[in-house]
Amino acid sequence: MDGDFKTPEQRIRNFNINFGPQHPAAHGVLRLVLELDGEIVERTDPHIGLLHRGTEKLMESRTYLQNLPYFDRLDYVAPMNQEHAWCLAIERLTGTDVPRRGSLIRILYCEIGRILNHLLNVTTQAMDVGALTPPLWGFEEREKLMVFYERACGARLHSAYFRPGGVHQDLPDALCDDIWQWTEEFPSILDDLEGLLTDNRIFKQRNVDIGVVSIEEAQALGFSGVMVRGSGWSWDLRRAQPYELYNEFDFLIPVGKHGDCYDRYLCRMEEMRESVKIMRQALEKLDKVKGEPVITRDGKIAPPKRGEMKRSMEALIHHFKLYTEGFRVPEGEVYACVEAPKGEFGVYLVADGTNKPWRAKLRAPGFPHLAAMDHICKGHQLADVSAILGSLDVVFGEIDR
Amino acid sequence: MSEALNELSEQIEAAKGAALVSSAVANGELTVETTPGALIELLTWLKTNGAMQFTTLVDICGVDWPGREARFDVVYHLLSMRQNQRLRVKVAVAEDQFVPSCVSVFPCADWFEREVFDMYGVMFSGHPDLRRILTDYGFRGHPLRKDFPTTGYVEVRYDEEQKRVVYEPVSLVQEYRQFDFMSPWEGADYILPGDEKKGAA
Repeated sequence: MDGDFKTPEQRIRNFNINFGPQHPAAHGVLRLVLELDGEIVERTDPHIGLLHRGTEKLMESRTYLQNLPYFDRLDYVAPMNQEHAWCLAIERLTGTDVPRRGSLIRILYCEIGRILNHLLNVTTQAMDVGALTPPLWGFEEREKLMVFYERACGARLHSAYFRPGGVHQDLPDALCDDIWQWTEEFPSILDDLEGLLTDNRIFKQRNVDIGVVSIEEAQALGFSGVMVRGSGWSWDLRRAQPYELYNEFDFLIPVGKHGDCYDRYLCRMEEMRESVKIMRQALEKLDKVKGEPVITRDGKIAPPKRGEMKRSMEALIHHFKLYTEGFRVPEGEVYACVEAPKGEFGVYLVADGTNKPWRAKLRAPGFPHLAAMDHICKGHQLADVSAILGSLDVVFGEIDR
Repeated sequence: MSEALNELSEQIEAAKGAALVSSAVANGELTVETTPGALIELLTWLKTNGAMQFTTLVDICGVDWPGREARFDVVYHLLSMRQNQRLRVKVAVAEDQFVPSCVSVFPCADWFEREVFDMYGVMFSGHPDLRRILTDYGFRGHPLRKDFPTTGYVEVRYDEEQKRVVYEPVSLVQEYRQFDFMSPWEGADYILPGDEKKGAA
């Protein structure tokens, strides 16, 4: 306030508070500067970048394969979906074909990633609005899924499993059986979760008609994924612009009606059931192509088998070249995107013909979602901010890059 | 797929040919290049025209080409959910040149443009709030420019005496390693170690 004389009425001013960066409902390191009029949010100014690691800069000085693990560290809730976009970009520029079995394994693990993500999001969003049990139940399932990750590639989170041309290694048979077993049990867990939340009075009071986004707004704000589907447009890249083998699969795209937090929650729950369906189909299809290669045989892109290297000089040379120089990607630019659990995750890759990308821009779905916070939160109560933030499904690994 | 893209390309050229510098279909994607002056008009038309309906701006990003006169490319990725098409619009700008902001056309351009400004220093005229977004408060330089070192210029540590985080110039214990894989027989345009006297003799 300046020193001018003002009546007491005039001295009332809006109140600014800092939400985060260490707030448990900020889902990471987000600093929200909120301007409040009483308890009504007038303006939201998200300050991001606290987790900025310069991934895009680092990628410019590393080879294509060395860059792959960076993608696990973007959206660390569903790591393999990000790797997928990177592999697709490289495959499209180099013209590499993925063998059928590799493609199916990718789909299987992408859907596991989707369930991993939705389980975390749905349950922690419920925690943001006051329910403590769902995260405890959901994380148990997440744990099982991460064991599946571990059994496929040796790492629970930073998997580096998808490789340009396929996937790193084949799945053991026992693992496929166990995933099948899990898909049989999981729907009942979902029923339990829904029993906790869907008709829960408190949960509905906190979510219904909160953070409503119309279809027009969703498009103008650059939304994708559940944020669009929750508003009633069945836009899913797996269906609209099919990549991999998704056009062979039979699944539904759940859409919401009102575009509020509750509809987005319902969409995510339904999507998990659809993902289970896709996983089961993928496992059935995988059973038919047992023993086929999972990664391209092109020695210029993918490394040879260990046993081959002992006998073939060419394989040895390929291996040496791949792990020192790496492969070269022909000059050109490509935008490859996948339907990541959070929305459209895209990679804009500009290749200059060397073994390193000239420029790789990572288009994170959470970035425009979070940018819309100001628009969505305006006029809501302070307590709704955390409910909205939770339903936007933000992870700072990918937003800050 | 590419037939539809060629058709789209022809449509855009027929209607907005004057605004385009070039248009090409490559890798199954359509790229049109325009100038900063014609950008807003082109984007508005692409968004509102009934046959286009590119209502979603997916992404804006910059690309640095230090060798070029117009050093930066600002790349817009558009998506038409109704037509199920994608389009890339490119604008080349020099370091001191302004790009008109497209926030009025696509509200989500706000943060994307802030990011391009932060990372490349490309200025957007008419942007409501052109602050840095990803880098630290008080950061200097534009990190994704090719002449910005990957290690940066400053590093931070907690100072026990001052009881706060202090900024210091970067001191590397070991020189930053950049491996060179260019074959000396094809394309390496520098003098190889040991070959320094070759030209003089």
